[in-house]
Amino acid sequence: MPEEITKLIHKYLRHDKKFPHVWCPGCGNGIVLGSLIRAIDKIGLSKDDIVMASGIGCSGRMPVYVDFNTLHTTHGRALTFATGIKLAKPSLNVITVMGDGDATAIGGNHFIHAARRNLDLTAIIINNQIYGMTGGQFSPTTPYGSVATTSTWGHIEHAFSIADLAVTAGAAFVARGTVYHVQMLDEVIEKAIRKRGFAVVEVMSNCHVQFGRRNQMGDPVTMLKWFKESAVPAEKAAGMGHDEMKGRFTIGILADEEKPVYTEQYGKIRERAVAAAAEELKK
Amino acid sequence: MRKKSPGKVRLLQGNEAVVEGALAAGCRFFAGYPITPASEISEILSIRLPRIGGTFIQMEDEIASMGAVIGASLAGVKSMTATSGPGFSLMQENLGYACIAEVPCVVVNVMRGGPSTGLPTHPSQGDVMQARWGTHGDHPVIVLAVSSVKDCFDITVKAFNLSEAFRVPVIILSDEVVAHTRESFALPEALPVIDRPKPNMPPEWYIPYADNSRGVPPMAAFGEGYRYHVTGLIHDVRGFPTERADEIDPFMKRLFRKITQGFEEIILSDSYMTEDADVCVIAYGSVARSARRAVVEARAKGLKAGMLQLITLFPFPRHVVEEVLAGCRAVIVPEMNMGQISREVKRVNSTDCRVVKHNRIDGGLITPGEILGRILEIK
Repeated sequence: MPEEITKLIHKYLRHDKKFPHVWCPGCGNGIVLGSLIRAIDKIGLSKDDIVMASGIGCSGRMPVYVDFNTLHTTHGRALTFATGIKLAKPSLNVITVMGDGDATAIGGNHFIHAARRNLDLTAIIINNQIYGMTGGQFSPTTPYGSVATTSTWGHIEHAFSIADLAVTAGAAFVARGTVYHVQMLDEVIEKAIRKRGFAVVEVMSNCHVQFGRRNQMGDPVTMLKWFKESAVPAEKAAGMGHDEMKGRFTIGILADEEKPVYTEQYGKIRERAVAAAAEELKK
Repeated sequence: MRKKSPGKVRLLQGNEAVVEGALAAGCRFFAGYPITPASEISEILSIRLPRIGGTFIQMEDEIASMGAVIGASLAGVKSMTATSGPGFSLMQENLGYACIAEVPCVVVNVMRGGPSTGLPTHPSQGDVMQARWGTHGDHPVIVLAVSSVKDCFDITVKAFNLSEAFRVPVIILSDEVVAHTRESFALPEALPVIDRPKPNMPPEWYIPYADNSRGVPPMAAFGEGYRYHVTGLIHDVRGFPTERADEIDPFMKRLFRKITQGFEEIILSDSYMTEDADVCVIAYGSVARSARRAVVEARAKGLKAGMLQLITLFPFPRHVVEEVLAGCRAVIVPEMNMGQISREVKRVNSTDCRVVKHNRIDGGLITPGEILGRILEIK
């Protein structure tokens, strides 16, 4: 089985090009990439029809390694480039990969508006609760009270819940997974890609090097155990009180709604406008 | 008004003429954010683009607008945005991306008084140097200035053609006066339209950033089978990030070489009575119109005055300016800023010709009378 999985992943990697990768040993990003590839393979999408766009940070390097149409954009802006691509060529499957700082600090405005607009895009947000590449500064999802290189006295800001933010902003599909719950991650990513409309998957991931090391979780196993213990399936969480959920987070599908998709709606506007233009020409 | 018959004389505002030019050049995607005095371009395109199968989107800000424009261009569609000073500042980040990833696109900056919110409904030429150097890092870019409604049409077409031919963002500097002036002009029957070079080799042979004689590699659109990587990092010929000096140097130098090599195609200017002139006005944008009038009046007084109108501001049209400097006792550079192009003129001046600045930053247009006064002072 592990051999088969490896073979499958290699089918989608640019393995003759830019390896070794930049990620640290034990990084959760590779697990997310594995899930993404398995989901894409299961759906049976053609490599030519996939665009993978990323922002800046460790997650931003993911597109380099995969054999799709790939785009490494500016910090926080992946969704804006993705919007242009999807509108210009709606037949493409556009998947964006972002980090927590990338998507909800510098790119926060684009994130909420993309959710509100409901273009047919997939947004994978790898939440490792830290700015890893730049050396461990706190991000919008760094937990209150934890230590980062810019909050060595203790972090006094409160964290965003990315998935909740996406639900409130109007995303058609929202799920949260972790790099510990890999089978579930495969499933929710597959559902997100299949979803017509803006689909968000927040993935809790480990940065034991920049976050864990300063917060008594200095190795990947400890961090994965933390995810295992803190994650509560959505069905179970529904029956739990606020106090009981303190320090824990929900995993699973948090929103799945049918709502008019921008790309399709604009297609209809185009049809009406073209017809009106033809009508005027006749007169 | 809606029925467009080519060749017909039409009464248009500058911003409307930009729209006509863009559509004639093949622009089929626009992303923008409302801002005075550029908003008409958005409004009209929101109606016009879907009628011809194109796409308009209003984004959440100018950063996003520029990102969407680049995305659409990568998908193979000619794209543009339009803005004014504050929005132009926000676009600088992704403008740099378009430079390094060599993504064709056109950005119209209808200049208003600045800095900051400044004077939203008054003209200015304060963004000249920002257009050239606004995004960080060494980068090539083409900047064109329009002075009339006819220019807004012609130069917008030219901007798209240059952008496609050289795979570089082209910035059109308009201003509040040009944008909102109504003039009649005849829409040309047919125009040369240039499309970006496309790969003609099979995907497995495609090297997306390989050099060639023009320094402009063919550009595949996403979804056409050429799966390649696009990045804002300095990259090797395959598009992958590199930190090797022997890959960085040729890449960066090619970006500049494609522009210097294309100088003849890129440089646009207009000389008016410069042949025998001993005093010349060097002007651009709406100020060039006042300058032309001033020259006519000076000639009526028997003075040997002339005017060089710069259309291409960057790359700076050095040889054209040098020719004027060599033939004149003095040149006057009137600008609605504190002297951004006059500094360039002084930089290339190796003659005894005096370079006289005339600057106005009170939100008013420089009048023919002011320029004539300067010409008379030289005498």
